[in-house]
Amino acid sequence: MNVMASLAIVGGLFVLGSLGAVPGMGWVFGVVLPYVALVLFVGGLVHRVMSWANVPVPFRIPTTCGQQKSLPWLKHEQFENPHNALTAIGRMALEVLFFRSLLRNTKSKLVEGPRLVYATDLWLWLGAMAMHWSLLLILFRHLRLMTNPVPYCVTFLEDVDGFFEIGLPVIYATSVIFLVALAYLLLRRLVSPQLRYISLVGDYFPLFLLLGIGISGFWLRHLAKTDVVGVKELAMGLVSFRPTVPEGISFLFFGHLFLVSVLLAYLPFSKLTHLAGVFLSPTRNLANSNRRVRHVNPWDYPVKVHTYEEYEDELRDKMKAAGVPVEKE
Amino acid sequence: MATPTPDETGYYKQEDLLKLDYRPPATGWMDTPVDLRRGSFIYPGKAKNLKILDLPNPRDWAVTDDDWKLPEGWKETVLRGMAERLSKYRTFKVFMDICVRCGACADKCHFFIGGGDPKNMPVLRAELLRSVYRREFTALGKVFGKMAGGRELTIDVLKEWFYYFFQCTECRRCSVFCPYGIDTAEITMIGRELLGLLGIYVNWVIEPVANCFRFGNHLAIQPHGLMDTLEFMVDDIEEATGVRVEIPINKKGAEILFVIPSGDFVAAPGIYTCMAYMLLFHELGLDYTWSTYASDGGNFGLFTSHEMIKRLNAKIYADAKRLGVKWILGGECGHMWRVIHQYMDTVNGPADFLEVPKSPLTGTVFENARSTKMIHIMEFMADLIRHGKLKLDPSRNDHIRVTLHDSCNPARAMGLLEEPRYVLRNVCNHFYEMPENTIREQTFCCGGGAGLGTDENMEMRLRGGLPRGNAVKYVQEKYGVNQLAAMCAIDRATLITVCDYWAPGVQVTGVGELIANATVFTGEKRRTENLRLEPIPGMEEDEDSAEGDAADE
Repeated sequence: MNVMASLAIVGGLFVLGSLGAVPGMGWVFGVVLPYVALVLFVGGLVHRVMSWANVPVPFRIPTTCGQQKSLPWLKHEQFENPHNALTAIGRMALEVLFFRSLLRNTKSKLVEGPRLVYATDLWLWLGAMAMHWSLLLILFRHLRLMTNPVPYCVTFLEDVDGFFEIGLPVIYATSVIFLVALAYLLLRRLVSPQLRYISLVGDYFPLFLLLGIGISGFWLRHLAKTDVVGVKELAMGLVSFRPTVPEGISFLFFGHLFLVSVLLAYLPFSKLTHLAGVFLSPTRNLANSNRRVRHVNPWDYPVKVHTYEEYEDELRDKMKAAGVPVEKE
Repeated sequence: MATPTPDETGYYKQEDLLKLDYRPPATGWMDTPVDLRRGSFIYPGKAKNLKILDLPNPRDWAVTDDDWKLPEGWKETVLRGMAERLSKYRTFKVFMDICVRCGACADKCHFFIGGGDPKNMPVLRAELLRSVYRREFTALGKVFGKMAGGRELTIDVLKEWFYYFFQCTECRRCSVFCPYGIDTAEITMIGRELLGLLGIYVNWVIEPVANCFRFGNHLAIQPHGLMDTLEFMVDDIEEATGVRVEIPINKKGAEILFVIPSGDFVAAPGIYTCMAYMLLFHELGLDYTWSTYASDGGNFGLFTSHEMIKRLNAKIYADAKRLGVKWILGGECGHMWRVIHQYMDTVNGPADFLEVPKSPLTGTVFENARSTKMIHIMEFMADLIRHGKLKLDPSRNDHIRVTLHDSCNPARAMGLLEEPRYVLRNVCNHFYEMPENTIREQTFCCGGGAGLGTDENMEMRLRGGLPRGNAVKYVQEKYGVNQLAAMCAIDRATLITVCDYWAPGVQVTGVGELIANATVFTGEKRRTENLRLEPIPGMEEDEDSAEGDAADE
């Protein structure tokens, strides 16, 4: 149900977006909605990040994944168990850029014996790395449509990305990797009974949305005859805040652009905020310097304790009889 | 013989427990009610204990009752509690928002591996709370409801929270694998706090808490009882070694306050580790003291609420100040060290009346404890051994083939991994590691931590203990391992059951006990018995062995 609903929603959105090609609708789908989406994206994300940042971190509770810094002659694992801000940043960099924790992933299995075995399982790590990195590079490649002249780094990346020179126009490696990785991430959700069990519309919808964007983008770049000049004119107009809607842009492009707009608008209100949230996760971004540097809880308050005086008052006679020293004889 | 009850291991056949089906049921998780079967839940907190602690809604009730006697307006109370915590704990807020349900955590939980219940996948455990969060606190959830993964807070949801938040040992293994570091312990702690607002506690946690509040330790050992216990140990120490040790207790002006988990005062094998400490400190001439008021470093407040952590732990700094010690040394314990390392300074500090811990024997200054002023016995011992301050004869432990169980909290909340290994290699000639995915930061819980180690929860303890027990069995078969060293009092209580069931023949010990058994003490008699007063193979009375010249390394 969750799967079909998500697919249907994305399909419907694409059809809706393609209406931008209908005369007179170009301004709505090509200018107004992208701007609205951008405002929702920026505003929503800022709001979301502030909503986290405004919540205090009362305790310092990093998850340590390696040897602590204690005795000088014991080898300290500085990035698995950072002891200061610098190494904590290093840990975060490994997490954000290389998905360090996913790289640890194992799959447990009960085999004959009975014996539990844990095999390294890097498929999820690979799929996630492939999807996220290719998405980043594809976004970067899109700068071609938003800059004039196109910076060298963008054309250089295109050359590298199209290194294999397959197809005409050249098929970019990232376009293929992106779609394959997304397909894998979707398939594992559908095939694994446990994953299917926990998956919500909010898990399938972004996958279908990204797939829709990826497929329509692939089509625009590699299969359809796209009016690149017109598209660039539209894009340049948007980024320079002097929007124009040239004639003759295809329904495919408007579908693509609308799905991107939906993604931008949806992102801050969904699980996709993990892209910002990962930086604020207190088990990862804090140094394990707990006993060395005091962490202050801003909302700390006094609590009712049982004082030593109360304790001794209740037990004084027994303490004296047993020869345990007391404060008041 | 009477038929075993669900409280007893005999009730559970291994082949039944091992019939594991990891496939989830046909009904969706929101529509699958919780199955409250005996052996898999813990009895409720008794009214008298709640009263001692001024906790809400003290009453007598049973988990299997339809009516849990909840206070008027309970739903609003919980939602208010959630709102309050969302504004106080960034962890809670971020963890509610950013989970992508990638499933990396699923088979990392010992309860899921050993039980197969999908709600023991950490992701789904958190979703129990997250679904209510979505419905009540997010825009999409308010509008789209179930479609957006939201659900209403009902009595059945509450019962589910109770069942599964007391099927989590807060071991944090899943958080090692989570790409965002989502910490299920944090979710469980907050979930338990919310239940606590309605007076829903388990007695196995809240009675120790009440005891600890009043008497300074979970077991309600009163000062004269503690004195008796220690005197009894002194006699046993003398019988084993010929050395008579002193009992410094509530001694003002001592250099060091020594705090251990109270389990080590009363239950084997923890008592042998307690005896080992006394013996070793005597040998070293350490100027230390026990405290009757701070007679437990363990803190079941951690399994109750953040406030209770603070209420119970205050005694440690308070008595350190009253006694005028310079610094504090802590014994082998798991959750105690989570509190000491990650909470104590924040909740009870600053300890500016103490000095930075400095070993009086080696001069080593423990910079890593510069603020908290409390160090772990393994840090202290590793430093002593490194400096050759103990005369060791590891051959006295030659009949022992030992493996080390990293306790969850020292491993994943401190990173105390190499200290115990260094010590073990110096006091035992036969030390073997369990498979790498079951040790260090990936260590598996005993299945009975966070207040779940009671017999009424036996089914879940055996299931949760399977990954650990199975790894022990592996080294038992491969290397002939016959002892499992554990630096945690809860381990020393619960792993006995786990080993007896999944790896029979392996005994549980503390690391301290192995140190003392390998140490050559000044003025000792010929050592024929270990601290358990069992004969040491190869050191029997009639043999004229030349001992004491073995390598100190």
